[in-house]
Amino acid sequence: MVLPPYSIERGEKMKKIASKILMAMLAVSFFAVPAAWAENIKVGAILAVTGGASFLGGPEARSLEMLVEEVNNNGGINGNKIELIIKDSAASPEKAISFAKQLIEEEKVLAIIGPSTSGETMKIKNICEQAKTPLLSCGAAEVIVNPVAAYVFKTPQKDSFAVKKIFMEMNKMGISKIAVLAGNTGFGKAGKGQLLKIAPEFGIEVVEVEVYDKKSNDLSAVVAKIKANKDVQAVINWSIVPAQAIVAKNMRQAGWDVPLFQSHGFGNIKYVEAAGAAAEGIIFPAGRLLIADSLPADNPQKALLMAYKKNYEAKFNEPASTFGGHAYDAFTILMAAVAEAGNDRDKVRTAIEGLKNFAGTGGVFNFSAEDHNGLGIEAFQMMIVKDGKFVAYTGK
Amino acid sequence: MKKLLSILPLLAVVIGVHLLTSATDTMYYLTQMTMSAYYSLLIIGLCVLMGYAGQISLGHAGFFAIGGYLSAALTTRSLIPYQGTTLVSLLDSAGLLLSGHDLYGEALLVVTPWAACIIAVLTAACIAVVIGIPVLKLKGHYLAMATLGFGIIIYRLALAMEYFGEADGISEVPAFVLLPGVSVSGNFSDRVQNYYIAWVLLLIGMVLLLNLIDSRVGRALRGIHGSDEAADAMGVNTARFKLQTFVLSAVFAAIAGVFLTHYNGGIGPSEAGVMKSVRYVAIVAVGGMAHLWGALLMGIVLNFLSLRGIFGSYDDAVFGLILIVIMLFAPNGILSINVRHRLRQLLGRGKQDRAGEV
Amino acid sequence: MTTELFIQYLLAGITYGSIYAIVAIGFNIIYNTTGIINFAQGEFVMFGGMIAISLLQFMPLPLAILLAVVLTMLIGALIEICFIRWLKSPSVLRMIIITIGISILSREVAVHVWGESIRSLPYFVGNEITSIPILGARISPQVLWVVAVSGLMVVCLGVFFKTTSVGREMRACASNRKAATLCGINAENMVTLSFVLSAGIGALAGCVMSPITYSQYDMGTGLAIKGFTVAILGGLGSSGGAVAAGLLLGIIEAFSVSVVPLAFQDAISISILLIILFVRPQGLFGSKEAAGLKEF
Repeated sequence: MVLPPYSIERGEKMKKIASKILMAMLAVSFFAVPAAWAENIKVGAILAVTGGASFLGGPEARSLEMLVEEVNNNGGINGNKIELIIKDSAASPEKAISFAKQLIEEEKVLAIIGPSTSGETMKIKNICEQAKTPLLSCGAAEVIVNPVAAYVFKTPQKDSFAVKKIFMEMNKMGISKIAVLAGNTGFGKAGKGQLLKIAPEFGIEVVEVEVYDKKSNDLSAVVAKIKANKDVQAVINWSIVPAQAIVAKNMRQAGWDVPLFQSHGFGNIKYVEAAGAAAEGIIFPAGRLLIADSLPADNPQKALLMAYKKNYEAKFNEPASTFGGHAYDAFTILMAAVAEAGNDRDKVRTAIEGLKNFAGTGGVFNFSAEDHNGLGIEAFQMMIVKDGKFVAYTGK
Repeated sequence: MKKLLSILPLLAVVIGVHLLTSATDTMYYLTQMTMSAYYSLLIIGLCVLMGYAGQISLGHAGFFAIGGYLSAALTTRSLIPYQGTTLVSLLDSAGLLLSGHDLYGEALLVVTPWAACIIAVLTAACIAVVIGIPVLKLKGHYLAMATLGFGIIIYRLALAMEYFGEADGISEVPAFVLLPGVSVSGNFSDRVQNYYIAWVLLLIGMVLLLNLIDSRVGRALRGIHGSDEAADAMGVNTARFKLQTFVLSAVFAAIAGVFLTHYNGGIGPSEAGVMKSVRYVAIVAVGGMAHLWGALLMGIVLNFLSLRGIFGSYDDAVFGLILIVIMLFAPNGILSINVRHRLRQLLGRGKQDRAGEV
Repeated sequence: MTTELFIQYLLAGITYGSIYAIVAIGFNIIYNTTGIINFAQGEFVMFGGMIAISLLQFMPLPLAILLAVVLTMLIGALIEICFIRWLKSPSVLRMIIITIGISILSREVAVHVWGESIRSLPYFVGNEITSIPILGARISPQVLWVVAVSGLMVVCLGVFFKTTSVGREMRACASNRKAATLCGINAENMVTLSFVLSAGIGALAGCVMSPITYSQYDMGTGLAIKGFTVAILGGLGSSGGAVAAGLLLGIIEAFSVSVVPLAFQDAISISILLIILFVRPQGLFGSKEAAGLKEF
């Protein structure tokens, strides 16, 4: 099959294919399984299902299992069965490295989804590049796709856009001096870097920076420290670990009511439940999955967000989070590319680069040779916690 | 010479594994065999420290990390911003610096892997001496705590310092060119030579340690079952032997760290974590504390299975179970299980029981 | 530093310190009767919290906590009976490895039963934003619960070991197991009892701190390390030492925030501990003679 040159038409075509897949997945029919599969397409996944990042890897692995089942129940992709091999890296880079080599050489997978963390992704970036195997990372850090490596993609939104979203809001609110708290994970590290780098562009001064442990039990001491700095007008808490809810509690317990901003790592309703009353009024940017119910009907993401949410919550009896959504996006993007390019690593890679206007849970993806993330700043929506729920934030 | 002979069967096995995998077209197994060999290098060093010198260390992942992280940072972090300083120009004139470009065309000025390796291992050895002198005076649980504490400090420093990449660790570590044409790297094309590099290193380590435990002090300690007092009474300087063994095992760990980091092309903070140290101690115990061959066997087997992800999400659970079962039923390690004796015992007991019923 | 900030740090330190102290006391009870450090102590804390959270759906809070403590005690007894009771004079290192194995297994059981997400009990009084002013600083009422419960536990344990006959028998086993057995004390039952007691204390701690720290399947390891540190620093086997050392460590950690970045907190506090250990190898409050007599 000769690939058509990159063009808008091709983007349109991809969009049609993508919507076809989506339709197929929405119509859950259990009897459509063909008697014989044309071919098995192997897809590998390296996820931190257990260990320190299991709050990411767990929902990601479950989302993938659900999706594979749906796709295969609906006749697979072009009559081909999708075979998913999930490897649990427990967030250790050395395991991720071992598994990546195993999946590439031994299982000869078409592509790899994951790893869950940026640190692991950076370790296997070169391995995948060398073996010419597409990697669709669920890691957040921008270094994964900047500089661009031909075979490496990522689905979570860019940190720098989240940072800019927050700073724009701060400019509107007249906030100019802030404190930054970050968790000591790859997510926190990358976000902290972007915050410090971009702050001057918006005329914002970061007066306090602290990094807390991902397993912190209580952070009242460090909250007391930054509270003592009278210059601080707002706090940004950049973290993806459960301990971020503790920051909110400790701030409110200390009777400190400056605005608290969080990152898109807050995108799990369980963190709101954990912070309880202290979560009220937290402002943060995130993908629209969290407010799918209240999106206008003509929003391109609405249908798939509602479907994903409904199916996931019915199947696993837990609220869907944006973390699982990253794996969902990686999988649907890959399937769209496979539907067009077949079971061929190079062609699939090129097909992903050609995807345009592809709606996912994280936003509407527009990939290109230069942009292997494909999401713009509009993928983020500012949200606020109100009565224990996420609602769109529209300013005061 | 005898030691060398006892190593020969192992060498034969190593070559055999290569030939077997190459004949069955399953050479990919060599990747995990290589990684396991490096972890086992650390484990046999720890085995001598625990089984023969009688000192527990819950901080050996710390030494592994010192080796791996220093070597990775020195060969990856560019020195260009510091180009004018005396230290850098000194290194440069000694021919220890390498300039080039990274994958994306940025200019780089880094320390050569050989120099980085030596610096990393020497640093680990020095830290082992400084820590070892006070730590080895402690006993029992206090010693466990002190070594655990050392491990935590290294882990925290790796996780907190920008230079060591914080939570992401260090990536894109270059190949370690040992000799022209021979390099430690994860490239698919270098797999066989790396398999041999790792195993030859491990074999050399085994020979050294077998010699050490057969030395005068080693024999003395073994003969009196590790009692310090008795050894002291016999005129053996136990404190010195302990320190030497501690430093030696730290050097083994650091070398393992350096090589594995170059092989993997990176290192992350999980390599320095407490659970890693605990895992190493547990593997030594499962192999049999004073049983170098047992430790080697378990080091290879358990790491190999874990790195291949055989147990999936139950990796830790299976590990914990193996630990408990072996410690309950074969406290002297897996090689102490005398199958025939066990069977006879079981059968014998069965007979007795039946006799009792009658 | 203003007084307000000083008090705030002090209170934070006391919060951390009380939590560490309860875990350390759990270590000490088992150590005293067996000479074993039970590295699965942190898992008792986790089980306590997790079970109480699950039970809360069916019953009021006090009952859920009570039942969780009882169930965890049963788990403690079961662990002792299955893994420890029938071993004949096991070496201490063997016991360390076995308890580490139990700790890993318990964690795995927990993750497959409860999943990886965090849970928590509701605040006993008020909610997440309630706080009480103390000398210009503010703390959550739950902190008072933690401090009160740990204080109460220390007092009750002291009374139990000093005045009751069972307590005295346990102490007898601690100082000389053979002699105690000769006096007609069932040493094996005393060991089981020490596991039950220490599991109960861990579970209660797990419930009281759950609103502050949350409960998660892997919370045990971190707590065990801190608890072990405090037990060693206070001198193994000494409850008073554990409390003092716990508070000391907690306060050092809280105040260290004002001098060094939080990311280095653990490195600093552990370094201080190591230095103390080098100067006083038997711990701050342990006796040198007793430490010298211990087998391992």
